Amino acid sequence: MQRFANPGRFMRLSSRVMPWCGAGASIGLAVGLYLALLVAPPDYQQGEAVRIMFVHVPAAWMASFVYAFLALASAVALIWRHPLADIAAQAAAPLGAGFTLLCLVTGSLWGEPMWGTWWVWDARLTSVLVLFFLYVGYIAVVNGFDDPTRGARAGAVLALVGVVNLPIIKFSVDWWNTLHQPASVFRVGGPTIDRSMLVPLLIMAVAFMLYFATLLMLRMRTAIVASRVRAARLGEIEVIPEPQGGHQAAGSVT
Amino acid sequence: MMDALDHFLAMGGYARFVWPAYALAVLVLAAMAVQSYCAWRRQQALWSAFEATRPQRRR
Repeated sequence: MQRFANPGRFMRLSSRVMPWCGAGASIGLAVGLYLALLVAPPDYQQGEAVRIMFVHVPAAWMASFVYAFLALASAVALIWRHPLADIAAQAAAPLGAGFTLLCLVTGSLWGEPMWGTWWVWDARLTSVLVLFFLYVGYIAVVNGFDDPTRGARAGAVLALVGVVNLPIIKFSVDWWNTLHQPASVFRVGGPTIDRSMLVPLLIMAVAFMLYFATLLMLRMRTAIVASRVRAARLGEIEVIPEPQGGHQAAGSVT
Repeated sequence: MMDALDHFLAMGGYARFVWPAYALAVLVLAAMAVQSYCAWRRQQALWSAFEATRPQRRR
């Protein structure tokens, strides 16, 4: 962990890993979309509408996963002050917000034909909406301070408090009566979903994950270059002509 | 051929739910990539502009 906290090392490593992640994401999305739209069978109850699942469910998984990543990076930033931890958290947040938005809207588009409503204030839907607000709140807090260090610290605390929401999202379908179905993939006793749908779903999920990893690295690289630009500008300001008569050591003033 | 395409696009009557869902997925994923890449290009440009002025000062 410590070894990857070095920005220079991260720049070298990510420049090698990022193209592979990007290629994997592209292939995964192409194969996944093909399987989801053309190969997977229509559901015996839901018909073709079930195809919304192949974007809705991976987006939902990513929404929670990215938040867990954001919270972990925030914890590392608060405890160990790793230089890359805040950068990673801030790079991940807008991506997580995007996945959460995608999850909410595709869920709505799936809810209308299957449940007869675009939206209900049930536990699963509401807790995911709260997740979206947590992402937006985190981004707002981080950018709301004149001093970026203080903004990052406040954002990290908010991110950690928001972790409470993750188990609520996961178990909301078991704890409360909801319109939303319970888990059918990650559950005790194995998936209840048929292989013909499970395989495309998992391929889409892996593709989403690689897509996230690629953009996360790109955004972290951007933040590192931005901090170098900032430091370089500060360095320019500090180039003040040295006083005549060589340098004065701080200790020589009596 | 056209029948098969029409059949596919109709999505068993759910076209107005399935296609917007996929369109939004493409839109959101593309927006993430475009925004991230533009920010990268912007910082790269700033850095290379700075690099271009540096050698004369240092040496």
